Amino acid sequence: MIEINNLHKSYKMGANSLHVLKGLNFSIKEGELVAIMGSSGSGKSTLLNILGMLDEADSGEYTLDGVPIKNLNETKAAKYRNKFLGFIFQSFNLINYKSAMENVALPLYYQKVPRKQREEKAIKYLSQVGLKEWAHHLPNELSGGQKQRVAIARAMAAEPKVLLADEPTGALDSKTSYEVMDLIQKINDDGNTILVVTHEEDIAHMCKRIVHLKDGVIVEDKKVDQVRASQYV
Amino acid sequence: MFNKDRWKEILEVLTSNWFRTVLTAFGVFWGIFILIILLSAGKGLENGIMKDFGDIATNTMFMWSRATTKSYKGLPKGRSFIFKTDDVSSIRENVPDLRFISPRNQLGGFGGANNVVRGLRTGAYNVYGDYPEIIRQDPMSITAGRFLNYSDIEEKRKVAVIGEGVVGGLYDKGEEVLGTYIKVQGVNFMVVGTYKKKSNGGDGEEGQKEIFVPFTSFSQAFNRGNDVGWMAITANDGTSITEIKNNIMAVVKENHKVHPDDQRAVGHFDLYEQFQRVQSLFGALRFVAYFVGILVLLSGVIGVSNIMLIVVKERTKEIGIRRALGEDPWSIKLQILMESIFLTIISGMAGISFGALFIYLINTILDMNGPVDMFANPSVSLGVVIGALIILIVSGLLAGFIPAQSAIKVRPIEALRTE
Repeated sequence: MIEINNLHKSYKMGANSLHVLKGLNFSIKEGELVAIMGSSGSGKSTLLNILGMLDEADSGEYTLDGVPIKNLNETKAAKYRNKFLGFIFQSFNLINYKSAMENVALPLYYQKVPRKQREEKAIKYLSQVGLKEWAHHLPNELSGGQKQRVAIARAMAAEPKVLLADEPTGALDSKTSYEVMDLIQKINDDGNTILVVTHEEDIAHMCKRIVHLKDGVIVEDKKVDQVRASQYV
Repeated sequence: MFNKDRWKEILEVLTSNWFRTVLTAFGVFWGIFILIILLSAGKGLENGIMKDFGDIATNTMFMWSRATTKSYKGLPKGRSFIFKTDDVSSIRENVPDLRFISPRNQLGGFGGANNVVRGLRTGAYNVYGDYPEIIRQDPMSITAGRFLNYSDIEEKRKVAVIGEGVVGGLYDKGEEVLGTYIKVQGVNFMVVGTYKKKSNGGDGEEGQKEIFVPFTSFSQAFNRGNDVGWMAITANDGTSITEIKNNIMAVVKENHKVHPDDQRAVGHFDLYEQFQRVQSLFGALRFVAYFVGILVLLSGVIGVSNIMLIVVKERTKEIGIRRALGEDPWSIKLQILMESIFLTIISGMAGISFGALFIYLINTILDMNGPVDMFANPSVSLGVVIGALIILIVSGLLAGFIPAQSAIKVRPIEALRTE
């Protein structure tokens, strides 16, 4: 599903340049649930941004579902993001003057799906994350866990190839974190490919594979026995 | 163009901070309001002054003879001469593009002695010997009977057309006027018509106290021979009398052996030139109105642009999220532009409406209090309103352009980073 070959990225900071990713190679197959771990500054967010087409690598190859991702202009990148990727952010990033349903329907709106269908689909995904009754509430009327579940529903709405989660539990207490992870695991059980960036060991162990980044290189890439989050809920 | 979700969003954004939106809108509102008011005030002044010109054919000059100031062909300077009826035909032969050439003779004058008698009543009136064309150059409406015609001229009939003011002075109220006789300096003329002139202002009353008689009868009755007191000459439409007046004067100078360079021997009054001068004054006024109005509008537009920039800044993160979710940058740009245009047009329309209301009020007050000198019926044409709308759309586009550009310049990753 995701194929990365010798990926390099550096940031210019005035006169100095900071080499963040130093030749990464790895691939993710369909249906995997991968955790990318690393301390801050290890380059994990940069990697996620490149995978999410929010940023571009300096050199190296990136293939997503057989499509080479390079030389994208903004319009094309937006289209690919919409079609291939679903984002889950640490700070939820819901649009606060839109109701939960409208937030979930947003990616479909960009696909020019007719209004009625959009709303039906949004309700469907909201009920999947258990928030059907909250469909018409604004984000600030929801708890943190609920917000993240709305965000997950939104990421799923466009039926993307890959879900990218950037510290999805970073702003949540551990109980809610497990709830969210339980949801992510369930979505993965349905066959969705999910990438989770985290620095929490217990969250990482709820995935099926852990990729350890340190100073821009992969120091460890191992399969783990998945810890089911449901046992903590 | 019509997209329910987009409009919903535009309204959401603009109504999320009412106070700011209204303040911003006020800049544009005020600009267009001032523009409308200035233009209509200019138009009101123009209407007022044009009314004073009345229906007079403005492409007209009046010409009379004076003493020469240069000796020529053995004739001394300081010599007086008088236009003759031959001059009329030679002008017609030599100068093309003339519509009317009316030779005129005149008795009496402003505040002159009594010169007209009817029974026991007397009055001092201007008496003109005229050709029928004069009614086209100095329009008047015939209220009874008829005006002079060419049979009168040819048969030298002693008939007269008198003004309503003359009727008021010489006749009792309700008395039959047509067919009666008035005695002008001892000569009887039969009244065949009465007229009323539209011109108002200072000489409005004087204009009603005139008596028109056929030129030929006038010459014979008052012993003028072939003399012509002065002439009223109108050029064809499309030719300005100002351009050809020198040719006309050259002809009469030649006829009367006046030095061609003698500027003072022939006096004239060029109505067209005066008219042009007034016209160019209005042109200048319109320019000032547009200049001031558009500058005020511009400051309003800059205000809108500023606020849109702030809105974009405030929504940086939101825009980042939308782009991460796959919104086309063009769609974001369009959104910002539409917000800006919408705000400008709504506030502009309010400005136009209030301007129109204001003009309506002024007109109502003017109507209630009767006419005012040099000001009448302030108004703006539909063209101006459409022009103002176009200006608004363009300025809305301009106002939104920079913010829209800056909205899509922010890369989604940077937008998302701002926590």
